Amino acid sequence: MDIVVFLKMVPDVIEELSIADTGKSLDTQFLRMKLNDPDDYSLEEALILKEKYGGTVTVVAMEASEVDEVLYTALAKGADRIVKIPGDWTNIQAPGIAKLLASYFSSTNHQLGTDTLVLLGSQAIDDLEGEVAPYLSEILGTPYIGVITGISLDAEKKKVNVIKEFAGGLRGEFELPLPAVIGIQAAEKPPRYVPVAKVRSIMKTAKIDIVDIIPPDIAPAISIEKMFIPEVGGKAKMLEGPPEQISSQVIELLKEIGIIRR
Amino acid sequence: MDPIQIKILGIPGIILFWVITVIAFGLFVRRIITLIKLLMCAKPEYRFDNLGKRILSVFTFVLGQKRLLHEYVIGVAHFLIFWGFLLFAGTFGWNLLKWLFPFLPFPYADDVGILRIFFLLFSFLVILSLLVATIRRIFFPPAHLQKTADAYIIITLISLVVLTTFFGLGFRAIAVGHEEASLNPADNFLFSVFSCVSENSASGLFLLMMWMHQIVVLGFLAYLPYSKHLHLLASPFNVFFANTDRVNSLDIKGSKEETTSGASRWDEFTWRQLLNSYACAECGRCDRVCPALTSGFKLSPREIIHHLKEHILEAGFKSNGNKKPSDKVIRPLIGGIVSEKELWACTTCLSCMDRCPVLNEHIPLIVNMRRYLVSQGTIDNTLQDVLTKMGRYGNSMGQSDRMRAKWTQGLDFKITDARKEPVEYLWFVGDYASYDSRIQDITRRTAKIFEKVGLNFGILYEGEKNSGNDIRRVGEEGLFDILKEKNLQAINQSKFQHIITTDPHTYNTLRNEYILNGEAKRNIGIMHYTELFDQLIRNGRIKLNKKINLTITYHDPCYLGRYNGIYDAPRRVLEAIGTKLIEMPRNRAKSYCCGAGGGRIWMEDEPGIKERPAESRVREAVSLAGVQALVVACPKDIVMFQDALKTTGKEGKVGIKDISDLVYEAIY
Amino acid sequence: MHGPILILVEHLKGEIADITYEMLGIGRKLADDLKVPLHSIVFGKDGESIASHLGSADLVFALNNPQMDIPSPDVASNILKSLIEQKAYSLVLIGGTNVSTGIGPKLSFRSSLPFINFCKNIFVKDGIVCFTSQLFGGKILSDISVRGNGGIISIYPGSFPSSAGKSDKKPPIEILDIPLEETKVVFKQYIEPEAGDVDITKQDVLVSVGRGISNADNIAMAEELATILGGAVCASRPVIDQGWLPLSRQVGKSGMTVKPKLYFSLGVSGAPEHTEGMKDSGLILAINTDPNAPIFSVAHYGICADLFDIIPPLTEKLKT
Repeated sequence: MDIVVFLKMVPDVIEELSIADTGKSLDTQFLRMKLNDPDDYSLEEALILKEKYGGTVTVVAMEASEVDEVLYTALAKGADRIVKIPGDWTNIQAPGIAKLLASYFSSTNHQLGTDTLVLLGSQAIDDLEGEVAPYLSEILGTPYIGVITGISLDAEKKKVNVIKEFAGGLRGEFELPLPAVIGIQAAEKPPRYVPVAKVRSIMKTAKIDIVDIIPPDIAPAISIEKMFIPEVGGKAKMLEGPPEQISSQVIELLKEIGIIRR
Repeated sequence: MDPIQIKILGIPGIILFWVITVIAFGLFVRRIITLIKLLMCAKPEYRFDNLGKRILSVFTFVLGQKRLLHEYVIGVAHFLIFWGFLLFAGTFGWNLLKWLFPFLPFPYADDVGILRIFFLLFSFLVILSLLVATIRRIFFPPAHLQKTADAYIIITLISLVVLTTFFGLGFRAIAVGHEEASLNPADNFLFSVFSCVSENSASGLFLLMMWMHQIVVLGFLAYLPYSKHLHLLASPFNVFFANTDRVNSLDIKGSKEETTSGASRWDEFTWRQLLNSYACAECGRCDRVCPALTSGFKLSPREIIHHLKEHILEAGFKSNGNKKPSDKVIRPLIGGIVSEKELWACTTCLSCMDRCPVLNEHIPLIVNMRRYLVSQGTIDNTLQDVLTKMGRYGNSMGQSDRMRAKWTQGLDFKITDARKEPVEYLWFVGDYASYDSRIQDITRRTAKIFEKVGLNFGILYEGEKNSGNDIRRVGEEGLFDILKEKNLQAINQSKFQHIITTDPHTYNTLRNEYILNGEAKRNIGIMHYTELFDQLIRNGRIKLNKKINLTITYHDPCYLGRYNGIYDAPRRVLEAIGTKLIEMPRNRAKSYCCGAGGGRIWMEDEPGIKERPAESRVREAVSLAGVQALVVACPKDIVMFQDALKTTGKEGKVGIKDISDLVYEAIY
Repeated sequence: MHGPILILVEHLKGEIADITYEMLGIGRKLADDLKVPLHSIVFGKDGESIASHLGSADLVFALNNPQMDIPSPDVASNILKSLIEQKAYSLVLIGGTNVSTGIGPKLSFRSSLPFINFCKNIFVKDGIVCFTSQLFGGKILSDISVRGNGGIISIYPGSFPSSAGKSDKKPPIEILDIPLEETKVVFKQYIEPEAGDVDITKQDVLVSVGRGISNADNIAMAEELATILGGAVCASRPVIDQGWLPLSRQVGKSGMTVKPKLYFSLGVSGAPEHTEGMKDSGLILAINTDPNAPIFSVAHYGICADLFDIIPPLTEKLKT
């Protein structure tokens, strides 16, 4: 199987996010980037598939701060090839990313084959213009499905069977032919751990393939007029004091709604 | 009456003896060569420095039997057996030469009068000791003593060695004849005891005893390296090559290659790690002090060592000392002989290593195997989560590294950024003290104490990362290296004279595993905050305004006490501020681990364990009459013991206090 | 001049999803403000009967075809595209749910309308339609303007009251009879959630645990509290992904939507994927160490503290 995984870096929300002076974007000075969580799962799923059915895993990412480490880590985990698309992609949105990634197939000798499976995170926290996977499938002309938590390959290696999450614990099983673009929600198990020393030694020996792609010319369809931090804590009435006092207040509340008697 | 001049079944004695000797030594040497060959295939480790110290420790631990005397009765018995053994083994060698080469111009050992006195004396002492050992083994076996047939075989063999000597001497006394009262009290005694033996039969019986003695000893020799009593041969070397001064460091000196991926096969360990298994006498002292084992975790330090030996015998021997055996037919060490659970259960408290009479090094061995597990990515989910957070944010909480000094916001003064302004004391605050909401108050109190006494101190702010002590003990060596590099970078940016740490774990790795001012000055200037308090109180800089009227007990943190020998400084502080200290039964070097070390604080406890170490410790403190507070000197202890108070339902029985809390009360 | 509004009705296993009513509610309001008609479209074998419940719409299209019970994004976006061309819709509202994922971007690609994700609010200002989207897990809100004043809008579940979209009226229904193209993505079967565990949707009291619970051992503490209060423990996604609790206890987007009398949340940060599943609970009490945790904007009462400081004494007090 020819598995291609696209990884995307997103702002780390553990860090405090602040708005730039223009009021229309994030202040990049204190921004730290991290791998989008579902993308981490899509890499894991790719590696699981490779272990099960054989094949190669190619990992492609757009240039962003800290992306090199992410790519080397992917290699250390078991990917076969890591590719970076250089450029400043700060303001690119999903339709543009999809075009860029589609160009990866047309501008390199990595062709979309009958055994190609393209995996992306089902969604990213900054997908304002929608998810990349469905856009990409439109351009590549392949079938697509999203919110997937498990993939298996059929005996002839022409189709994949996937599990999609709906809601309320309900899931559905689907079948689609290769090549296909799939949005991953979670892998069968949490992303594997790769020791730091392994990543470091790979950094010394391995190379990231650089694939230059001309930025797609897409005029933004929507524009952000104003960004702001939602007022949190606005709604909740905060209970304060030492634990004892808080306990008493909680118990009063529980009495009020009849959860406890007396 | 020369034992070698007789004929047995028509064969000259000397020929027969040569044959027996060659067979016995053949078996012995063959085994020993293989054992040594295996060690030579293992990874290098430089243990040839500090020769003086090494020789001294052979005197202390081998000849002096220091650690054995921790358990008094059996310790004395072993001491006597050991010295008896030295006597008998030495004179055996002497006699052996004479038997093999009768022309040599010196007498048999038993013809030397003074030796006969020692023989007699030690015959009694050793027999008595063996009796003690046997009775203990049968009727009063301590916990975790391995009751193998091996032990009884050895006891029988030693008894035979001693008894043949005793009876041989007795028959000899009669055979030689006793003309007048000898000056030798041994001869007098023997003569009177054996007077019932006729002179005619005496010389025959003497020769029988001599032959029996030689054959038993040669049999013993051949049997030794095949049994657990290999320890007899290996332990002196094990002691000599022990980590004499740096049990607190996991550095492998002289290692030629990457050690980050650990060991899962005999030839991936260092030779000294393999030697542990030769030296183990399976006495179970390590098991008896192991907090994990006591709590019901599936870990026995003795078995770890024993299983390594089992693995060497299976895999190493099959390969005949050649590297790269075909491991298909061999049970794997990890997952086959030693389970992953065992390896993860260790809290690295150092009790086992502190007790081991032969100076075995369990923790480096366990960590080496953990490294292998980490390199394979087979780690518990919670731990994986912590490692990932640690790699990204430099703390186990997964909080932003920029928020590390957020706790200082609760202070009404600003702490100097040591990276920007020179300070006298650089305070390495640590993860729990910085981030954990349960500890931050104590951290602020510590800062206020420093401020009040006018200490010129600073912190590294976001430049500080987790020190990596426990990351290293979890087996993530590469991550430890990165954390160390980052911390050293921040530390080297700063100008200071001393480093103070809050966490004993930090203290340990900064002091013993970081190279701060170049190798030679490694130990200079690193202090635990309790040491600093002690110093400041003694030189009068901390002025105590109030006597703290509390009856307390003090818990020695593993990484402060056993690891670094700091027992008195915190006690002096507690005394100075006026508290009344009642010691727990397990205090100082015998202190009982809280269960947090070695990364255990980040792992889940197995279901079905009996009693967590911290719970056992809290019960110990609560059982002391009049004790109002369990005082600690480690942030992790606060977390562990507060939790244990809740789970044992002992809340309100004692308070958990940090030394800083009490000093703060005494000066504010 | 603004065109009419179209709503893609969402239903799962014959039940109309809440998001449908949320969209109908806001759609109705926008249609009235802009003075344009509000249409909706239902796919699936029971299309017509489902359509009859959607009285807030001025017209409902129903496409009765079992193949479309779970609409394939490809097929659905083609039908929607031709409908947009016919009726000149300016706004198409689609649920931001797992069921509808992918339809919006595909439709946007095929039509000329832009797509807006994570939409929390839509309002008309000076005749222009404005949108507010949440980004970065709810940490940031953005006001957005659209070229051409129209678009395909993915509505974040829980953003609008569903009650506003409910109506007893019977809407006019138009049956669509379009031959369906064959889809390459074939639906095989449903996988039902594992039975046998506690049904958290039927509990009056839920104690919910999030990342802040630190490790699996601490879940026992939450269990104890839940037992005393006569309820059960549920969790946010990270806890489920760690395997500390079964999938059946998950609250939020992929998990359950719950409405207990008391929702006591411990160490849950309150990512939007979680809050959409619990925001309608009777009384929401939240403990978190981070005063800026988004859970406090959903909770009725908040406690900014370490849950380990609060829960044990509270549990003790409740016992006596």
